Amino acid sequence: MMLPVILWTDQLVFVLVAIVTLLAFYARNRPHLRAPWRAVLERPMGAVTLLVLGVYVAIALLDSLHFRLPVKPAPDAPNQETHYSVDVQSVLDLVLTPIRAHDEKTYSAPFATRLFVQESTVDADGNERRVYPRLQYGGAHLDDESARWSDIGRRTGEGMLYAGAIWVVAVLLLLLVLARRWARGPGEIFSDMSSGRLRHPWRSVLVTLFLLLAVIAMLAELAPYYHVFGTDKVGQDVLFQALKSIRTALLIGTLTTLIMLPFAILMGIMAGYLRGIVDDLIQYLYTTLNSIPGVLLIASAILLLQVYIDGHPEMFDTDAARADLRLLFLCMILGVTNWTGLCRLLRGETLKLSSLSYVEAAVAFGVRPARIMLRHLLPNVMHIVLISVVLDFSGLVLAEAVLSYVGVGVDPNMYSWGNMINSARLEMAREPMVWWSLAAAFVLMFALVLAANLFSDVVRDVFDPRRGKG
Amino acid sequence: MSDSLLSVEHLSTCFDGPRGRAMAVDGISFDIRKGETFALLGESGCGKSVTSLSLMRLVPEPAGRILSGRVLLGGQDLMLLPERAMRKIRGRRIAMIFQEPMTSLNPVLTIGDQIAEGVRIHLDLRGAAARRKVLELLDAVGIPDPEQRIDEYPHQLSGGMKQRVMIAIALSGEPELLIADEPTTALDVTIQAQVLALLRDLQARTGMAILLITHDLGVVAEMADRVGVMYAGQLVEIADREPFFAQPAHPYSRKLFESLPNIEKRDTALATIPGSVPSLTKAFSGCRFADRCAFAWTHCREVVPDWTDVGDGQRARCHLLELRFAARERAEPILPAGTHQSAALHRGRLLEVNDLKVHFPIQRGLFQRTVGHVYAVDGVDLKLDRGRTLALVGESGCGKTTIGKAILQLIRPTAGEVLFEGDDLTRLHGETLRRRRDAFQIIFQDPFSSMNPRMRVHEIIEEGMVALNIERDVQRRLERVRQLLSQVGLPEDAGDRYPHEFSGGQRQRICIARALAVSPRLLVCDEPTSALDISVQAQILNLLKDLQGDMGLSYLFITHNLSVVAYLADEVAVMYLGRIVERGTTREVLHEARHPYTRALLSAIPEIDGAGEEARAVIRLQGDLPSPSAPPVGCHFHTRCPEAMPRCKEAYPGVSRFSVSHEARCFLYEQGRDDDNEG
Repeated sequence: MMLPVILWTDQLVFVLVAIVTLLAFYARNRPHLRAPWRAVLERPMGAVTLLVLGVYVAIALLDSLHFRLPVKPAPDAPNQETHYSVDVQSVLDLVLTPIRAHDEKTYSAPFATRLFVQESTVDADGNERRVYPRLQYGGAHLDDESARWSDIGRRTGEGMLYAGAIWVVAVLLLLLVLARRWARGPGEIFSDMSSGRLRHPWRSVLVTLFLLLAVIAMLAELAPYYHVFGTDKVGQDVLFQALKSIRTALLIGTLTTLIMLPFAILMGIMAGYLRGIVDDLIQYLYTTLNSIPGVLLIASAILLLQVYIDGHPEMFDTDAARADLRLLFLCMILGVTNWTGLCRLLRGETLKLSSLSYVEAAVAFGVRPARIMLRHLLPNVMHIVLISVVLDFSGLVLAEAVLSYVGVGVDPNMYSWGNMINSARLEMAREPMVWWSLAAAFVLMFALVLAANLFSDVVRDVFDPRRGKG
Repeated sequence: MSDSLLSVEHLSTCFDGPRGRAMAVDGISFDIRKGETFALLGESGCGKSVTSLSLMRLVPEPAGRILSGRVLLGGQDLMLLPERAMRKIRGRRIAMIFQEPMTSLNPVLTIGDQIAEGVRIHLDLRGAAARRKVLELLDAVGIPDPEQRIDEYPHQLSGGMKQRVMIAIALSGEPELLIADEPTTALDVTIQAQVLALLRDLQARTGMAILLITHDLGVVAEMADRVGVMYAGQLVEIADREPFFAQPAHPYSRKLFESLPNIEKRDTALATIPGSVPSLTKAFSGCRFADRCAFAWTHCREVVPDWTDVGDGQRARCHLLELRFAARERAEPILPAGTHQSAALHRGRLLEVNDLKVHFPIQRGLFQRTVGHVYAVDGVDLKLDRGRTLALVGESGCGKTTIGKAILQLIRPTAGEVLFEGDDLTRLHGETLRRRRDAFQIIFQDPFSSMNPRMRVHEIIEEGMVALNIERDVQRRLERVRQLLSQVGLPEDAGDRYPHEFSGGQRQRICIARALAVSPRLLVCDEPTSALDISVQAQILNLLKDLQGDMGLSYLFITHNLSVVAYLADEVAVMYLGRIVERGTTREVLHEARHPYTRALLSAIPEIDGAGEEARAVIRLQGDLPSPSAPPVGCHFHTRCPEAMPRCKEAYPGVSRFSVSHEARCFLYEQGRDDDNEG
């Protein structure tokens, strides 16, 4: 049996999922909360980006279910106690086993069948020659290397076929469900859907779904046989690294927010409503924090932690646990340096709201300050919180890349786009250039940040009360 | 009609929104003659402003669109002109001034620059010539020492001055037609009188025509030559001023007159128009007013009425007039006007305010040193008996709202005492004060910001009961909410809805229900009707009067509207710059006003009897309210007082009594002088 491992960040991920689910249930029965989200989904851009983000989140969640496999006991072992491997794996690792295990010797280009560097070999005649050796896995199933491109083409086509089949089944299922719910003919619904007459942008969603399915199916077809994004210096598949990095990026983007929100909301509202000495203290606090150079603070905090980790090896039974603590700490320190902006915004908005007559009316009714802040102020500043959380997300993902590049980000052994870029930067000067590590990190990060930014635009449009009546 | 300047024919403008197409203006036609003032009268949301924007072709696109119609300016159809040619019309031949002078000026440009811009574009004057023209314009709109003012920024000017600057900008193109969209709604009565006089004066000098858009019958009476009454996107009546004020033809116009409060109607309920202006998105089959009209019968709901000529150039769209039925007979109030008697059962002093002061410190610099004070309320005495209404009257900025909040301890007073049922509220703190809060409540001016948009109506009404532990049982509390809702005239299922689903008048009813939920004895009403339309104002005033009769509430009624005071109040206190200058019973203050300020205030209210300017001597006050951070030495009013004497600059006058209840603070009635008069 395998041993489930729950890392620190996994716990927080579960907490986050629980919070989001609870909020969704809470919002269901409250029209003023449900309506804007419905409006987000009714916009093509909102629905499409949410779908793309959903794929990322799904990968990250799969990557958050960790366990350790048992080690096969040696035949002569004295007792029957099972030992577990020190290697912590996740469900995603299982899914990606065909790529994960395919390690080559060193660099190889995307779709290559031979290594990127020459090696000396001795041929049958005993002459020493420098050749590009065949890869162990990449294109190993081909007898004739010249058939490579036709093989790739065939597999791509097959992938498209599978994707199309899955898509058709999914659309049919959707039509049947909708037909039952609305009591109309599925054909009728389909024609409405394809001409965009329905409330929700089904057409855009289904087209995006098809594209995503096609990409996934093609990768599933090709990746076990080729290194789609090549391999890195130690021969590891770059696609695998890039996919594993998704969890790191999403964690940084969301956990940081989770950590900073209580500070920002509590202090912002307190400063704005209570004024006086509380306001002064909180203002001094965030002005001071804001004046410390962020990178310096992060670097020193991370280095301190590293010293601590190195000094207490007994606290961590696996490498993953050490890397995980460092990630969590990075989230915290980013949170501490990031709450000031939102706090300032909330203080301003609260100052404005406090002078509105419904707050004064509550005071006139003898409602206690804590309750005024909770019932009257918090719900009315939530749109700002939401908008700034979504806007901050992409900034934090990029910040992780930059910090890891500088060397004060996540653990160097952890998969992250920043680490990928960091290790690839030296090879950029090589001739011919090793560009694929960088390209893979770039493509995945770009897609995530673009989707997040477009999504935040929609969210801001819908939630901002200044744009039309909310 | 050869002297017609602007002729509008079947103009229709619509707005496409999420709830469908709203016909904001639906086929209206009217003429404006050269040099006349045509007033477009109507409640909010009936399409007045959209009409004026359509004339200028400034309807915000793509949401709004002019569907059809012709607008002939001197025979030229503006709707057919290309945009380039239209720009030469705007500002040059038709100019416009808006309601909010505060936001219509660019805060980073001097007023001289802003006026010069128009001068440069329209008259092609530059440099010194332009400056001369700007000075001329500033002089024309009555701004004192223009040489100095020309280089000032908008924030250095008061509201009235800004509106004058707006008028100067509008005049820079020497327009033939001036569209004035609620030009005085944001201003105080005394300033309004100044601006209206200025507009009349300018019209006499330049001969321009004015299209005056307003909801205020008084302003119409004072300014208009002809009147068009708008309702739900259509004109329902067009008439010359005299016949209109003598005998409004359309039932809606009549109702508007009847719902105005005044002192003669004190003991009766005001006539109200049930309901509110219908949503313009729905399709109308018959007369648009049918649902709210007391005279409506089936025919009205089925057939759209056509224009009927009543004579004297007066026309209206009403089936009633087609039948010649009672057309010349002044309609009796159809609603049985129930007489009111305020519950005089338990008299006795409820509230006594002695020497109340609220000073706000002005802090500057790094260490927030206090460099001065705003004397918002500076030594005010008030007395209010149970079941009575005390009105506090004054212009904006005189500190009347601050008094209301200071009595409720929402703002802690700097000095003085507030004796409520014998206890000094200023000495109560924390929990003891909190427990007393069920006895005094407040209704705010703006019904839109006074309710939390994220809470349901029943939660809003319950809040006070929960906070003060008045009813712990959930079922009984909900029962009480339903009872309160029906008491203020709302459907009982209103509790499950959100505030934004209600109209302004309904929201004000909810606010009243919320205040009543804790059974208070004192209700501070801070301009509760000033954000509402006339017909809705009448509904709310009736409700307040009924509640006082039923429950024996005392009201401290804060307002600037003297006709509301006349209708509702038992006693009146007139405030000027943080102090009370005159107090007395309503009759004493309104009919035998002694203080020059009270008299000026009373004379500045436009009369709707059609008598106009000539019949009454208007005491026109110069200038604006001085800043409460540096009140003038001596009598605060001497800077604007037409009867100021040298000694007014030296000391603040003492109290002069005229009767048990009537007193004023003015040197005109100092003891010595009074004796002389009597002797």
